[in-house]
Amino acid sequence: MGNCRLRTSPGSDLTESLAERVRAGGPLRLEGGGTRAFYGRPFEGELLSLAGHRGVVDYDPSELVITARAGTPVSEIETLLAGETQMLAFEPPVFGPAGTLGGAVATGLSGPRRPFVGPLRDYVLGARIMNPQGEVLRFGGTVFKNVAGFDAFRLMAGSLGCFGPILDISLRVTPRPRAELALVFEMAGEAARTWVTGLMGRPLPLSGAFHDGHRLHLRLSGGGAGVAATRAELGGEEEPLETWDAFRHMTHPVFEAPVLWRVSLPPTGPAEGFEATAWDWAGGQRWLTADTVDPGVWARAAQLGGHATLYRGQAGNGEVFQPLAPGAFNLHRRVKAALDPAGIFNPGRMYEGL
Amino acid sequence: MLDQFDARLDADFPPVDSARLIAALKPLLPAEGLKTTVEALRPYETDGLAAYRSLPAVVALPESVEQVQAILRVCSALGVPVVARGAGTGLSGGALPYPGCVLLSLAKFSRILEVDAQARTARVQPGVRNLAISEAVAHLGLFYAPDPSSQIACSIGGNVAENAGGVHCLKYGLTVHNLLKLEIVTLEGEVLHLGSDAYDAPGFDLMALMTGSEGLLGVVTEITVKLTPLPETTQVLLAAFDDVAVAAQAVAEIIAEGVIPAGLEMMDGPALRAAEDFALAGYPKDAAAILLCELDGAGPDVAEEIARVSALLSSSGATEVRQARDEDERRRFWAGRKGAFPAVGRIAPDYYCMDGTIPRRALPQVLTEITRLSEVHGLAVANVFHAGDGNLHPLILYDAAKDGDQDAAEALGGAILELCVSVGGTITGEHGVGREKINQMCVQFSSAEIDAFHALKAAFDPKGLLNPGKAIPTLARCAEFGGMHIHHGELPFAHLPRF
Repeated sequence: MGNCRLRTSPGSDLTESLAERVRAGGPLRLEGGGTRAFYGRPFEGELLSLAGHRGVVDYDPSELVITARAGTPVSEIETLLAGETQMLAFEPPVFGPAGTLGGAVATGLSGPRRPFVGPLRDYVLGARIMNPQGEVLRFGGTVFKNVAGFDAFRLMAGSLGCFGPILDISLRVTPRPRAELALVFEMAGEAARTWVTGLMGRPLPLSGAFHDGHRLHLRLSGGGAGVAATRAELGGEEEPLETWDAFRHMTHPVFEAPVLWRVSLPPTGPAEGFEATAWDWAGGQRWLTADTVDPGVWARAAQLGGHATLYRGQAGNGEVFQPLAPGAFNLHRRVKAALDPAGIFNPGRMYEGL
Repeated sequence: MLDQFDARLDADFPPVDSARLIAALKPLLPAEGLKTTVEALRPYETDGLAAYRSLPAVVALPESVEQVQAILRVCSALGVPVVARGAGTGLSGGALPYPGCVLLSLAKFSRILEVDAQARTARVQPGVRNLAISEAVAHLGLFYAPDPSSQIACSIGGNVAENAGGVHCLKYGLTVHNLLKLEIVTLEGEVLHLGSDAYDAPGFDLMALMTGSEGLLGVVTEITVKLTPLPETTQVLLAAFDDVAVAAQAVAEIIAEGVIPAGLEMMDGPALRAAEDFALAGYPKDAAAILLCELDGAGPDVAEEIARVSALLSSSGATEVRQARDEDERRRFWAGRKGAFPAVGRIAPDYYCMDGTIPRRALPQVLTEITRLSEVHGLAVANVFHAGDGNLHPLILYDAAKDGDQDAAEALGGAILELCVSVGGTITGEHGVGREKINQMCVQFSSAEIDAFHALKAAFDPKGLLNPGKAIPTLARCAEFGGMHIHHGELPFAHLPRF
């Protein structure tokens, strides 16, 4: 076809050597660029590096799909997409130039657009993973509508590598908005949350709502006229769009503290005990800082219908993620065992005994 | 087609005395909640895929989660298969009873439990109709976005089981993208909550795994859905083409231009002519293909996009581009498309609806090949296409009363699905595998992949009693059916004996 523009980038396919190593047995510690090693429990395992397994395999802008190997740096993918005025709508946080696509998918973390466009998981169309026998399994594909088989590819998002090395991923990409701007408002956290909640009930071109503890930052993305009209209605001061990079990649000073908790709460529900924190996602994702780890945060988050993750700092019991109820934990163990019966992939990274 | 299940190739359960089963279930339900006579079972013998029929042992209509738990515990203890059913509108035989099963109807779970206008969510029971949710929240300026064409009748529980799509899913997503939380009951009768009222939940994303699992993993008893603000303005364009390939190219150019239409639909000549005769939508009947392109959003943005897309359609070879002048004309444009299936039903005694998805760029090639296959099998095909997301619905026209036509239709359908897989697509975009496409699963997936599916199934349902013989074929079935097929360039299931 005339305008069918396939883009690829140089890389290398390490499937064979990865398979050889996997067949030799575990436990294995899966790693891409190593920038997300902080995310999860400490555990034992021999390094299985996917950093060299890289390159964009297929990118056709008119299909809105990109397929890349796990070790491809996120920045390389975003540069390629930007050249076609496209982007990763879920804008994953990246913790350094070495950060890889595989790491982004395995941790499943989504950026500031999450409440407006959905999480990273919604953009994964397919994945190839390696099973403990070193065989390659392909789940999903490169098309948006696909209901054949269980959607095991969506399960990979946020799986922390527990089901085996993700070899490559097909992602849905989206056009860049034609107009985008950032606004800042002097407004206290709870008042800002109430106001933003009201705005989200209307079809406005919002693409970010972050509170830094003092001020509310809003981002607008969409068509020129709609963004201009909303900007005129909302008021506030314009600020550089780059401000949002610091929220996305967590380089803003609000994230600086010896202990950092991510607390995910129902965005419009009560936030007792967490009102004073900085928040993203229109109040749905709160960042609690402290000098020491208070394990009571898990129980308080659960009481409010949410959950907490210890991003920085060490809990006495070594846990990082919200404890699961016994029924849910048993199901997790069975699902893990379904794909990794001997428990060789990242054992204990998410939970002890998983 | 009528011989639905094969104990050797699907699943084999020791028969259970139905008197014993009824005796165990009777104390759990009010009298009208348990149907046991053949006349009462008859309405449940099939779903939207009416050519497939078989009778359950009983139909149970629980009204509470506790009753669902109790029924499932009995089935687990006695080793009786269970098939859950919503509104029964599915097109792939997903709710087809396994012979002698307990057919678990969720019809009485029909309440909208809570609407949270602030959080833009609704907590509903699985038997609630899809459209009823949007109707219940319209006064708040909200709607439930996924809109399968059966939305008047289909249930939200069935939508979750199938991960239903719709004409607006390119922009608004599939069912899985519009869910927050599920309550499920396992075969052992355990209640589990997957997902969260927050934007994410700890652990694995089991809610996403559950969605689209076709009743094989658990029974959904409660669903929290996301609601979306109604767009300010909606406009639709109709473009006519004298060549299907040119129309396909125009679709690629709209997407490459950075426009995400709310809906982007294509119909080929036979489909659009049938639709026009049926619905008087105002389609140009001499066209080889038409495109409907719906754009929504803020008023001035929509006006600007309409202008851009109109210019693009004209420059990419449309013979005519029309904008619906008013809401009435917009509805008529859509009435033609939404009525395309029944319209085709008027021009042939029977039709068989396929549901492959392909990369958009393969469309001209696939349509050419479908034309060739249609000639080879001697049956006409009309094509309706969710062009924006690559989901193709070829409608095979046949006459079931004519000797051999049914078999020819199935053979042609199978060939079309295999064609979709060969260009990098999938055998089902939104209707599900169910019973209908069980054999084609062997074409799309390797034995190691199917093994993984069975292992995931066993993690939820170790006894394999939930909707057996559906969605995931046994390796024995694939060995028998898949002998002639080459997957990823290799002979599949090479290690298995051939029967």
